[in-house]
Amino acid sequence: MALKRQVRVGNQWMYARDAWRTLEEARRVAHEEERHERQHELPFLRKYVFSTDHKVIGLQYGFTALCFLLLGFSLMILMRLQLGWPGHAFSVMKLIGEMRAPGGVLLPEAYNQLGAMHGTIMIFLGIVPLAVGAFGNYLVPLQIGAPDMAFPKLNMASYWCYVPGGLIMLSSFFYSGGTANSGWTSYPPLSDIATHGQTFWLCGMVFLITSSLLGSVNFIVTIIQLRAKGMTFMRFPFFVHAQLVTSFLLLLAFPPLEAAAVLQLMDRLAHTSFFLPTGLVVSGQVLGNAGGGNPLLWQHLFWFLAHPEVYVLILPAMGIVAEIIANNTRKPLWGYRSMVGAVVFLGFMSFVVWAHHMFLTGMGTVISAFFQTTTMIISIPSVIVLSALFISLWGGSIRFNVPMLFALAFLPMFGIGGLTGLPLGLATADLHLHDTYYVIGHFHYVVAPGTIFAMFAGVYYWFPKITGRRLNEFWGKVHFWISLVCINGIFFPMFMQGLAGVSRRLYDGGIQYAHAKSIAEQTNPFMSICAIGLLAAQIPFLINFFYNAIASLLGHRNEIENENPWHATTLEWAATTSPPLAHGNFHEVPIVYRGPYDYSVPGAASDWIPQHHETEAAPPTGGGMLPAVAVAQREM
Amino acid sequence: MDAHAIDAVADHGHHEIAIPFNVTPRPDTGVYNAKLGIWLFLASEVMLFGALFSSLILLRTGAPSWPVGKDTLHVLPATINTFVLILSSVTVVLAWANLRLGDLRKGRIFIGITLLCGLLFMLIKAYEYSLSFEHHHFPSTNNFFGIYFTMTGLHGLHVLGGMIVFAYFLTFGSKMWKTEPARFTNRIEVVGLYWHFVDLVWIFLFPTLYLL
Amino acid sequence: MSEQTMQQPVAPTDGMPIATPAADEHTHGGVHDPNLHHSPEEIKREVRIYLLVFGSLAVLTGATVAARYLFDLPMGYAITVALIIAAIKASLVACFFMHLLSEKKLIYAVLALTAVFFAFLIWLPVHDMIDKMGK
Repeated sequence: MALKRQVRVGNQWMYARDAWRTLEEARRVAHEEERHERQHELPFLRKYVFSTDHKVIGLQYGFTALCFLLLGFSLMILMRLQLGWPGHAFSVMKLIGEMRAPGGVLLPEAYNQLGAMHGTIMIFLGIVPLAVGAFGNYLVPLQIGAPDMAFPKLNMASYWCYVPGGLIMLSSFFYSGGTANSGWTSYPPLSDIATHGQTFWLCGMVFLITSSLLGSVNFIVTIIQLRAKGMTFMRFPFFVHAQLVTSFLLLLAFPPLEAAAVLQLMDRLAHTSFFLPTGLVVSGQVLGNAGGGNPLLWQHLFWFLAHPEVYVLILPAMGIVAEIIANNTRKPLWGYRSMVGAVVFLGFMSFVVWAHHMFLTGMGTVISAFFQTTTMIISIPSVIVLSALFISLWGGSIRFNVPMLFALAFLPMFGIGGLTGLPLGLATADLHLHDTYYVIGHFHYVVAPGTIFAMFAGVYYWFPKITGRRLNEFWGKVHFWISLVCINGIFFPMFMQGLAGVSRRLYDGGIQYAHAKSIAEQTNPFMSICAIGLLAAQIPFLINFFYNAIASLLGHRNEIENENPWHATTLEWAATTSPPLAHGNFHEVPIVYRGPYDYSVPGAASDWIPQHHETEAAPPTGGGMLPAVAVAQREM
Repeated sequence: MDAHAIDAVADHGHHEIAIPFNVTPRPDTGVYNAKLGIWLFLASEVMLFGALFSSLILLRTGAPSWPVGKDTLHVLPATINTFVLILSSVTVVLAWANLRLGDLRKGRIFIGITLLCGLLFMLIKAYEYSLSFEHHHFPSTNNFFGIYFTMTGLHGLHVLGGMIVFAYFLTFGSKMWKTEPARFTNRIEVVGLYWHFVDLVWIFLFPTLYLL
Repeated sequence: MSEQTMQQPVAPTDGMPIATPAADEHTHGGVHDPNLHHSPEEIKREVRIYLLVFGSLAVLTGATVAARYLFDLPMGYAITVALIIAAIKASLVACFFMHLLSEKKLIYAVLALTAVFFAFLIWLPVHDMIDKMGK
């Protein structure tokens, strides 16, 4: 008896006649849904401004954060002009007001304001919202096969807490007295007696911390509860592990800073003395407060957050780089399990290293030794992750596209940043290096050519997913190479400056000190020129980005050959390109059958098998996307 | 073949994406989403109040002298407040029990009593603060009063927050009982957990500040 | 019971068996969760426990105040007694009102992690202070 032929629709094999009926039903339901949709179309405000869709919120976070990053960078350009050519008049300086830069020469008080705000904006308004709020929000539900975040309205609230927080902080630019100017670290007693801008900073922080807390609860519940069938923890893309650990860090480490902010607000507004010691003299006059406070209390509470915070800055970046490396080497990540164990261990350890920022506060030897030990231990998981990523390159068929260039650059840059952290973690070496430019060089290497490069990599990599267009490769390479050269030009000399003893937060870059004068004069102008070069290098990126984003909004999508141009295995590529906003993410809820990086599986028909594919047959030419035809049955 | 509609249109015609495990627990974790969510939030609150307790301990240890709570503060109102909060914890859990029995009326009565207890707590606290102000004891007087006002003040804000949520569930929020009673019951359980936590903090605050 | 016939539209349960109301009653979606017991006797038994706990909490509150006023203990002992009584009260609230006794492992894990970090936060800063004062 001849076997009737069967055809495959989605995951199901059926006879041709049944397939025909299925298609008919699908077409009917699709029409009905479309009609239903037109009836219930959300108004503009609900759809694009106060949306509860994680993809819209992710894009909102992304756009806002990128604007803040550019702003924070611009503040730094002004500072670098002053550092490179101290006391010179620059007409661009007048942008920040005549009071702050009379005749175009930056005043020291204004320099401090720029410094404090640069750090605050970059960390709290730029990187964390971009890495977690934007990339995390957009990708995590897609990568685990979830329809949205667990608490969509809470997600919206998170974004709308972040924006006012940022605006409150920035509004202080426009008031007399200016912004916060006690560093992003806001150490008392100085911050307690600082101008009004500090109060704005504290209030803004309360909003930002609230936004962060709501977001972290959402992420953790989503990742644990809403993963698709078959998506076990060890099948998560590494990016999801990174985001999960990051969310725990945000959840448990931020509240002490919130408490500290409340205490500092009380000091400033209710005249308490939590951080003010007895008998404090300000400008020759005794401050008439009750006293009995302890400035170190602030430092303990602040760094309890701020150290896990730096891991919040790096972990999503590692996640992004891992995804891109696996994809562009066409092989699974080496040591996936070790990497997962390492980031979990890293997250845990990050809570017990904070006082390595306080080695010079007169801590006893026992406590110093404790924190030095934990700090040395915490370098191990970082090395494990970095090594695993390096080894993942071995034997790969490497594709040198723009995302991969940024991801590859991340590796040595983060390596330099991490290695330069080691002397800082040793109490004795830190005696010489604390509060010098060495520290600035160290953390900028990790965050700037580290995290920010990973962010760029992510933008280039997922842009086609979001918009249906690829960013221009040539200009992407221009952006990459010029940025790479300039960024090293800015930050590498800082190690030399720091070793020579140039202190940080100096308005003139150190030329007032005999020991620092010559190295400062030799390096600062060069570094400032590189900073301007780095700014210039962003121009092709901005043009590339906006051109393609606007083209996509105008409907010129799908100019790429299929909807998964990188031939990636993870689930976000199985959703439709530019997943229709305010819709469910997948036409058919995916079921996960395999790990996240089934590239070049021996014996398979192609060099990649998506996570939701059961067999090793070649993915359909539609790019491994779940078929658009699926019978939707409403269940009431 | 069963593919489920992702877009479930709820009764108001809003595009509400149906989130799994909102009401029924996920089998492998055993919890529904909001339950995990509230415990995570409470974990962060533990760290928040923990930081304040840590500050209290640090300031007190480093101080040459520290007022004795029971001689400086007004213990009687605070003791009464302790009973009030404990009572409110019982009433909220009784509210939840009644909702599980399907009795919305009794459930709402108990939520109302909880809300009233919260209000009573705040009134007694206001009275207590006024007593302190009369004695010219302000946050700026010394760090004892500074930390006292800050910790009880922040705790009071949390009580207020809980009260607002209860008021919402008594009024607009109770509409959900008609369409999704199980989900409404879960919401009361979740806010109840928050409320118990607020009671928990007070259980430690009371002896630490007022008695010691 | 009315509450079981009114359900929200069934969400994509990612292939896991959809719990019908009746099945839910007995299998609780395959999970043993005493909180899902709807039988009135179970709930009335729970209510009795709640009232018992309330009574204990009231007694302990009185005890902690009395301990402070009736006995003139040195500060160290006074702190210890106060904290022990507070810990007992807190445990009662947590275990019975917050149902921690019958909670899931996941919740226990989150709380255990928090407890560890809480301990660091409480201990280390004051240890720094003591260290300095000792010098």
